[in-house]
Parts: sequence; structure tokens; C-alpha cells
Amino acid sequence: MISFENVDKWYGNYQALNQINETVGKGEVVVICGPSGSGKSTLIRTINRLEPINAGRITVNGIDIHDKSVNVNRLRSEIGFVFQQFNLFPHLSVLRNIMLAPMDVHHVSKIEAKEHAILLLEKVGLANKAEAFPAQLSGGQQQRVAIARALAMNPPVMLFDEPTSSLDPEMVTEVLQVMKQLAHEGMTMICVTHEMGFAREVADRILFLDEGVVLERATPENFFTQPQHKRAKKFIADIRHA
Amino acid sequence: MLQILQDYGILLLVGQFPDGPIGGLALTLFIAISGLLCSFPIAILVGVARTSQIKVIYYPVSALVHAIRGLPALLIIFWAYFIIPLVLGRTISGIATVICALVVYEIAFMGEVVRAGVESIPKGQVEAARSLGMSYFKTLHRIILPQALYQMIPSILNQFINLIKNTSLGYIISVNELTYSAYQVNSQLLIRPFEVYFLLALIYFLLCWSLGLLIFQIEKRIKIHRQISTRSI
Repeated sequence: MISFENVDKWYGNYQALNQINETVGKGEVVVICGPSGSGKSTLIRTINRLEPINAGRITVNGIDIHDKSVNVNRLRSEIGFVFQQFNLFPHLSVLRNIMLAPMDVHHVSKIEAKEHAILLLEKVGLANKAEAFPAQLSGGQQQRVAIARALAMNPPVMLFDEPTSSLDPEMVTEVLQVMKQLAHEGMTMICVTHEMGFAREVADRILFLDEGVVLERATPENFFTQPQHKRAKKFIADIRHA
Repeated sequence: MLQILQDYGILLLVGQFPDGPIGGLALTLFIAISGLLCSFPIAILVGVARTSQIKVIYYPVSALVHAIRGLPALLIIFWAYFIIPLVLGRTISGIATVICALVVYEIAFMGEVVRAGVESIPKGQVEAARSLGMSYFKTLHRIILPQALYQMIPSILNQFINLIKNTSLGYIISVNELTYSAYQVNSQLLIRPFEVYFLLALIYFLLCWSLGLLIFQIEKRIKIHRQISTRSI
């Protein structure tokens, strides 16, 4: 469904991604982890063209996303993206946050958008917060709304960029719960996260990234119990002791 | 001074209205408000263009902003006075001339206010909107401008205060606004310039000062609003 072929990305003289070759199939859940600055966020952000690449090819459903014929807005509307900082629209109510893109991009009627939004809020357990504003919600609630907002476009794939990293510990679970549910429903997901429990439970594959290179590619069980690369070993030891 | 106010107060307030053309403070406010209303939409375009990544948009608009900012408002009024009839092929009223000149002057400054407002919106807002498939213009319209304009209200009112004071330059092309009215009063009285111009100063001051108070109140509200919206992050 998503494939990387020899993808390189440079920030000036610094190489952020180095010869990435990877394929993610439909319904797969892939977790990307690695130390800070390893390029994992950059990698996930290249998929919806939030970050341009310098060399190589990325295809989504067989279509080269950098092809001239590709409408970037259309491409993005079919890829859900969840940010570390939630990025809810603070001037809009929770319901409006979710309804906005379907109405503006897919030209869904207001009634339909609202019905769908309420359904999604029920799914993430926040039906009672429809009229609240983002500022009135906790971090965990905001992130669940952000997930609902992304789901409102009915994307076949969801990308998560450290969705729980800026949350207080007690709010991490509620967000992971929603993500696990999505994974069990068969959503194709790529998640940048260090949540080992989540990775163990739902990930099909873990990619370990360091300095823009995929150093290790393994099932969660193998990755956490017998990492091969010495930097992966150190990384796992570090997050265990954190 | 009270005597002056009694004799000429109406003249300072509304000019010869309703028997003749409107003037005085009323005209000053009319010019300032029209100037604000006309320059505001253009200033949004200018401000947004100033944040553009597209060079053929960014450079010409920036050059325009720098040029206008580098000129005294009075000079722009002179230019408008001579150029507009040439361009249009007919004369326009002094009031229209002053409004045109002040609009040109204001779009440079207000445009910068808009630019600052747009740039103050966190990048994540744009990324979130674009990730949902919203176009640049929809993002601007639905996400950036509503947030930016709200934060900009104090700066816009501040610009409005400047605008009010700059209307006094209409005096130079005999537009019958407040300063010109005071000048007329002074020429009739001849011997009391200090009192007349003190009165003039007082009127401008009270107007601008009360707007300043309004700005302060609005800033307080915006600050509270911001604290609420950053509290839980």
C-alpha cells in the first residue's frame, strides 16, 4: 500500500533519511522507533508530503506521490495524520474541528458531517464533549479528538507521529486504547512511538531507525527480546530504564 | 475657552452641517473609519502576500510596503492630490483624495500587522489543516485568519488611532476636517490661538485616549483567552 524506494532526504548538509526501502501492506501496523533525531518523524511526514524528499520514490496505492499529476490535497485527504502536539483548531468546537475538513474538502453536507462526527466521538469515547472547545479538554482528550478528526475523512491509512509523547502518563492509556481498537479493526497504521506495550500488542513489524538508516526490521517480540544491532540494544536498554 | 466652545463647538463637531457640508470632528471620524474599512481588506491581501513563498508575489508587495513606509503621509496626500485627477481624467473631492491617500498609507502598516498576526499562528495549525487535505486558501480562510485577526484587534485599533491623527493632514488640501475647522475658528478669532489649538489638542487626545483604554480592555480579554487555550497543553 505504501512503499519507499531508495528515499533520501537532506536538511542542508545533514542527511535525515538514507536509502529508505520499505513496504507497508494493507492492514499492516508498523511501529517506527529510534532515538531522538533519528529521522523517524521525518520519515512519516514524507508520506503525505509534509516533508519533501531529495531522491527516491514513495508510492501510495501504486501512485508516485511526487508525480506531477497528483493533487496533493487529494493525496493528503486520504492519509490520516495525528500529531504529537494534537494541533486541534482552538477557535472551533470539538464537533467543528471534526466536521470542517469533510465539509470543506469532500463537500459533505452539514447534517451528514455532524452525524459522522458524533459517531466518531462515540468511538473515541468523547460524545459528551462535542460542544466543548479544545482548551477545555485534557491532553489525552485532545489527542482522541485529533484522531477522530483524522478519521472523519475515512482515510484508508493512518499515520501517528509520537501521539503520546506530550501526554501526562495517566493519559497515555486512553489514547493507546483508541489506537489499538483501530489496529484491531484492520486499519493500516504507521506509528512513530516508543510505547512498547502498544507495539507488542498490535504491531506486525518494528522498524528501528538511527541517523536516517533503518538498522533493524523485526517482529515486536524479536525486537524487544533479542535486538541484533548494538544501537538497538542500547536503545531498548535506555527506554526500559527511563 | 468655554466661550469658544459655546460659539464654535458645533462647527468643530459637525462643520456647517446640516446647512452646509459636514465637517469638523464628524468628518475626521468619517475619513478615519472609511480609511480603516477600505484599507483593511487590502491590508489582509498585502499581509498574506508578505508571508508568501512565491517570489513574484512576495517581492513586488514587499517593495510596495517598504516604499510606502518610507514616505511621510503628507507626501502621499500631495501625490494623491495631483496624480488621481491625472489617472481618472477628472477631479475628485478633497475628502476622497485624503481617504485614498490614507488607504495607501495604511495598507503598508496594517499589512504588516496582518503579516505579524499570520506568522504568530503556530505552524502545527497549518500542518493539521493541510494534512486533512485542505487547500492553502481554505486553510487561510478557515484556520489562520480567524485566529490571527482575533489576536490582531489591539494592533488594528492602534493603527486606527494613527489613522485618526493622520486625517489632520487633510488640512493641507483644505478638507474641512477637525484641524481645518480649528484653523478656521482661529482665523475668525485671530487673537486666541493658544486656546483654540489647546481645544483641538484636547479633542484629539480624548478620542485617542479613550480608544487606547478600549485597546487595553481588549488586550486583557485576549490575554485571558490565551491563558485558557494554553492551560491544558
